[in-house]
Amino acid sequence: MSRLKLEARPQPSQLWSYASPLLALVCTVIIGVILFALLGKDPLRGLQVFFWEPIKSGYALGELVVKATPLLLIALGLAVCFRSNVWNIGAEGQYILGAIAASGIALLADKTTGGWIVVPVLLAGVLGGMAWAGITALLRDRFNANEILVSLMLVYVAVQVLGYLVFGPWKDPHGYNFPQTQSFEAATRIPRLFTGSRVSIGLIFALVGVAGTWIFLFRTRAGFAQQVGGLAPAAARYAGFSSRRALWTALLISGGMAGLAGALEVAGPIGQLTPYVPAGYGFAAIIVAYVGRLHPVGMVFSAILMSMFYIGGELAQSRMGLPKSLTGVFQGLLLFTLLACDTLVNYRLRWMATHGGTK
Amino acid sequence: MDSYALLIAATLNAGTVLAITSLGLLINEKAGIVNLGAEGMMLCAAIAGFATVVHTGSDTLGFAAGLAAGALMAAIFGGLVIWLNTNQYATGLALSLFGAGFSAFAGIGYVQEKIPERPSFAVPYLSDIPLVGPALFRQHPLVYLTVAFVFALIWFLYRTRAGLILRSVGESPESAHALGYPVRWIRLGAVVVGGALCGLAGAYISIIYTPLWVEGMVSGKGWIALALTTFATWRPARVLLGAYLFGGVTMLQFHLQGVGVEVPSQFLSMLPYVATIVVLALISRNPRWIRINMPAAIGKPFYPGS
Repeated sequence: MSRLKLEARPQPSQLWSYASPLLALVCTVIIGVILFALLGKDPLRGLQVFFWEPIKSGYALGELVVKATPLLLIALGLAVCFRSNVWNIGAEGQYILGAIAASGIALLADKTTGGWIVVPVLLAGVLGGMAWAGITALLRDRFNANEILVSLMLVYVAVQVLGYLVFGPWKDPHGYNFPQTQSFEAATRIPRLFTGSRVSIGLIFALVGVAGTWIFLFRTRAGFAQQVGGLAPAAARYAGFSSRRALWTALLISGGMAGLAGALEVAGPIGQLTPYVPAGYGFAAIIVAYVGRLHPVGMVFSAILMSMFYIGGELAQSRMGLPKSLTGVFQGLLLFTLLACDTLVNYRLRWMATHGGTK
Repeated sequence: MDSYALLIAATLNAGTVLAITSLGLLINEKAGIVNLGAEGMMLCAAIAGFATVVHTGSDTLGFAAGLAAGALMAAIFGGLVIWLNTNQYATGLALSLFGAGFSAFAGIGYVQEKIPERPSFAVPYLSDIPLVGPALFRQHPLVYLTVAFVFALIWFLYRTRAGLILRSVGESPESAHALGYPVRWIRLGAVVVGGALCGLAGAYISIIYTPLWVEGMVSGKGWIALALTTFATWRPARVLLGAYLFGGVTMLQFHLQGVGVEVPSQFLSMLPYVATIVVLALISRNPRWIRINMPAAIGKPFYPGS
């Protein structure tokens, strides 16, 4: 008789830490194919919709980038948090507050305002996100309140604040009573990079963010201190690294990034504040961060993958008559399978022959 | 005065959802496992329960379906966390994200469905007492069963050998293992029971509390219930009191709207979430108080023989 046993590796496997996200993706695809078959849909068509349609033309690629940009921006900030062992899961709320703050500035613009207004719009977004994350940091720092629960509760609060503004004081008086602000002035719109595509300068921010996060995490003392605190709090204390500082740094960076993403979205593709601004990017970015191994470069790929899931879900709705919420199913599945596959990083699977006599 | 009786009745109803969930999570945490997937399990159980009632017309089967859905999801979570040693927070979060997506996907055909009006429940004689009757004695049986369950749980945890073993697994899994108890299986058992209770609460939401299916209808109750275990410093009776308190806060918004308080509805809708944050901050302010009561091995993985 023999049985499967987990055997701890002396050192985490470098190979498996890269292979595990790929294996997880394969598992998710296999489950997806089975799901399509069960629903009586052609699995090949399903795969095509999710993995080929989003990359088949220049325009499609542009749309892929449009959705990957906020995901990447938010995930970069979350990676700093998670590496510091700060469990900020309320990026969605920070994103919403960023969008609200940016809208507040954008609504001040009139016909004569110049293009410079984009700068304060984006800054407001960053500050809005930071302020919202700052509440979590303050309550954790001063009151020892669990940051998981506080940051998540603040998402619900942010949704209500957004609802209050678009149903109340900020409602467009000429908007036929729809709960939305007036469309922002053209001057406030985020400049686009190419004609014929919705890709904006947000892409440049995201790529600069990748480089900046990489340098911060791997080439600065502050970034190092940040991660030691996450891995070994006792060692960090001994080295004199402040855990309070790490907490505030992590939350303010991730809040600012999420807020920037919100500002870019509301003053970019959307162009007005509506109740539909929250699209779950803040939660999907958690998956992006993990699938990208909390590594800035890895997250570029996972953000693109997650963007494919978003676009695939929309296409599955319009082309195959499947609900859009398929996106959420696949996103959740991917994180699940990733966590399971990650076991292989620290353990190896062994068939253990159980000898007669010994248990 | 009648409106106060109704407010109390609604508070008990809302509190029951939170209490069942939070008691389930309490059982998990007493065994050392934190499951952040409560919200996801409740959503899946809500649609499973609702769909079952739509097709069979039986509440009992609906509750059973919710219970089973919660238990199944918790078992997957438990397998990953206990045997593959995945991070509890990340895995729970995955469960919540997956549950939100899957329930929305599975529930798409049920959005417009209605289930027949529930008959009103009334305790014979007692429900006819003025004020007290409408306030306390016209509830779904589960409301009373929850109160009974709290007493049973207190007895189990603190008066039985099995309860002692469960707590030992959450306080010091190494010692429990050394004494020969199957720590992993006990933890899995606790996780599945906890998940089943979350499932029951989810089904209660979609069958009794607001008998319909809407995407995301649990609206954070799973997360509030997680905060409640801390608030209650892991004591079952305090969980129940806390649940009624938060149920009251949830219902207060409707009451305030009813009596014509001039506050935008969105600010009233934020109340339960803001209250959770405030209470969490106040109760956590004294770290020693939390540490004394918290199961010592909470959130920590246990690998036997390493």
